[in-house]
Amino acid sequence: MDFVCNFPFFCIVLCLATGVISSVLKPKVAKAVSVTLVSVCLVCSFCVLFYTIGTGESFTYMMGHFPAPWGNEIRAGVLEGVMASFFCVIMLLSLLGGEKYLKVDIEEPKQNLYFVLINLLLSSLLALVYTNDLFTAYVFVEINTIAAGGLIMIRSNGHCILASMKYMIMSLLGSGLLLIGITLQYDLTGHLLMSNIKESIGALAANGEYTVPLTVIIGLMSVGIAIKSALFPFHAWLSDAYGYSTASSAAILSSLVSKAYIFLLIKIMYRVIGTDVFWDSKITNVFFALGIAGMLFGSFSAIKEHDMRRMIAFSSVAQIGYIYMGLGFGTELGMVAAVFHILSHAATKSMLFVACRGLSEVSGDKKDFSDLKGSGFRNIIAGVAFSVGAFSMVGVPLFAGFISKLYLTSAALEEMSVKMLVAVITLAISTILNALYFIRAVISIYTPRNEHYRIEGFRPGKTFCFGLACFMVINFVLGLASYPIINAIEQGLQMFS
Amino acid sequence: MKPRSDYELSLWRRLVRFVDGETLADVERRAEENRESDAKNQQMADAEAEKRFEQEEKEDREDRKRRLELEHEKEAKSLLEKYKNWPKEHGVKIFGRLYAVMAVLLCAIVITTLLVTVSYLPEYGSPDNPNNNEVVEKYNKDGLYDTGATNNVASMILDYRAFDTLGESHVLFVAAVCVMILLRLELTKDGKPTDVKRAEEENDRLYEPKNDKILQLSAKILVPMIIMFGIYVILNGHLSPGGGFSGGAIIGAGLILYVNAFGFEKAKRIMNRKNYAIISVVPLLFYAIAKGYSFFTGANHLESGIPTGTPGAILSGGLILPLNICVGIVVACTMYHFYTLFRKGGM
Repeated sequence: MDFVCNFPFFCIVLCLATGVISSVLKPKVAKAVSVTLVSVCLVCSFCVLFYTIGTGESFTYMMGHFPAPWGNEIRAGVLEGVMASFFCVIMLLSLLGGEKYLKVDIEEPKQNLYFVLINLLLSSLLALVYTNDLFTAYVFVEINTIAAGGLIMIRSNGHCILASMKYMIMSLLGSGLLLIGITLQYDLTGHLLMSNIKESIGALAANGEYTVPLTVIIGLMSVGIAIKSALFPFHAWLSDAYGYSTASSAAILSSLVSKAYIFLLIKIMYRVIGTDVFWDSKITNVFFALGIAGMLFGSFSAIKEHDMRRMIAFSSVAQIGYIYMGLGFGTELGMVAAVFHILSHAATKSMLFVACRGLSEVSGDKKDFSDLKGSGFRNIIAGVAFSVGAFSMVGVPLFAGFISKLYLTSAALEEMSVKMLVAVITLAISTILNALYFIRAVISIYTPRNEHYRIEGFRPGKTFCFGLACFMVINFVLGLASYPIINAIEQGLQMFS
Repeated sequence: MKPRSDYELSLWRRLVRFVDGETLADVERRAEENRESDAKNQQMADAEAEKRFEQEEKEDREDRKRRLELEHEKEAKSLLEKYKNWPKEHGVKIFGRLYAVMAVLLCAIVITTLLVTVSYLPEYGSPDNPNNNEVVEKYNKDGLYDTGATNNVASMILDYRAFDTLGESHVLFVAAVCVMILLRLELTKDGKPTDVKRAEEENDRLYEPKNDKILQLSAKILVPMIIMFGIYVILNGHLSPGGGFSGGAIIGAGLILYVNAFGFEKAKRIMNRKNYAIISVVPLLFYAIAKGYSFFTGANHLESGIPTGTPGAILSGGLILPLNICVGIVVACTMYHFYTLFRKGGM
């Protein structure tokens, strides 16, 4: 076994250990440790990605002295590599971009606890990506849920505490449904290891045994994860949680936490239930319908909003609708498009949240449209980054959002049916709606007003500029050089099944 | 009084006329004039009265009109008010009721679905259930040989599936961190309590039983026994039912009883912020490092060099005993810490 195969395990255990150590460190040291940790994980994940692309197959890693059905196991393939490296990149840039505002938003003695949460969250994200065992996934879902709640709550004002309460209630409901689903499937198959479950469920489905419990299991797991990733009717917690928490938290929550759950769902589709059984169960149609509804209603709520941060939050509902619509197609191409949209949305949304915080900094710390007028001139880099993000969200060519919409549409045009027609029409309508509120936001920040907010001698922080510049580069890379990434996703999905 | 019609022809009037030098025609003319002016006056008075009456009527009409208008306005206003307040007064009520009904319905549907599903599951305890497979068989058959622990549950959670338990203990840690973020009241730079914290402690003293003799005596007897029992449960985790989580909870309960009887001042000698930081971090770190070593050697097919010992002896079961101790310490500290956080914002 090559040494690279140890990297996933190293990253997870390192994150857990540094999380514990950070709780007794000074805030500055804890921040340095956390940034170093994320960078190390980034390098390791890229090594894993290139190793798996090189060998052309996935590998499993035994956690302990006992082989898989008895002990725990993690697994890494191309798609896991892509996801892990991408998560680390976004995490690093969100931390750097929002670093200046952490000092403002969080009480000084509690700042090191923020990095405890970040490290543990990263460990759970990596574990969710790499796990090959359904129960391990559940344990790290728990860490993920609590740490995400903490990230919202740590900016101790009324809004944030209320938002974290809403988040915890909804998210724990989702965890509970997922746990019931896992328990029921253990009763049917007697396994927790993904590949063994898939084998047993395939046999059960082929013999036509236990069809009712099987459907319920698929439903419970899907609904549980849909609640946690804020699919349309379950998005009540989202606007407050993203709208009021500190910039880094909002960026991390919107682009990593909800996406990790969707990745877990894809993993369950491919590696636990098996795509044939999953697509036969018709739950994909439910995903499709809710995704379509989310695309429209998320945009409507965003149009009504006067608060820029909450507008971006509601646009997340619409974008998650896109992803679920892609999953709902029930085709290989739809899955590829959905996974690519996970990447493009994560890269764009985190940039928007960080840039928006930068804009409101030069607008008297307010975030209403009227106050943000002209802020694009007062904080130039934030204005440019916000415009790039907005164009990407609308789907202007050159930007990441265009490619994902292109792939979603071509996945919809693959076969001729009413469902696909609905998808194409809704995509068109939703694009117009997106343009309505994002172009309005861009025009608003470039309307020269509110000169009284100008801070003399204001310079955006170095890490802030670096973070936003990297975000823009990633957006252009996803928009202009999408071919190798799509290839890697396709290869990874083939390794899954 | 009106005179008689032949009044002017009477003797007396004739005499008077003679004295005044008037004729009958003059008198008649005067009477005529009088009559005319009377009529005129009458007319004028009538006209005036009519005018007044008209004005009064007009005023009356306007008044009524205004009153009516006012009434209309008032009505409209109250209607608007009603309309505006409707969501607050009735809407919320109706929505709340609808919401409650829908929530109950949804719960009922979920419960029914789950119950129906349960009826389709394999029969409980049947020997040919799918979960009686090679996984369970190996745990039962080889557990003692593989791990050296007579307690099969301990060997499963701390050796076979140790990665899950590593995650689980960090769930506890991250929960403690979140409660700390929410409730911990900070000290000033030189370690003195701030005003808020001092006020909270002052407030807490009201509810603290001060020198309650009965409680103190029973605590004096019970606390050592509880803590000893907790330690026993932890140390025998690999031999008998028990282990880190349950033993730690028992010790935590003992500590909380001690604090209730003797107050925070005495407990502070051992359980203060500095010590808490050390005793919560060191076990978890040891856990991560020990298990990391074991995972690494296992995955790379190296000998770990950790002896499993003679089954049944206290020093057996490889890493299970030290890990149980770590988990026990973490759980006990976390319970005690939660108690202090909820009561007065930290130690």
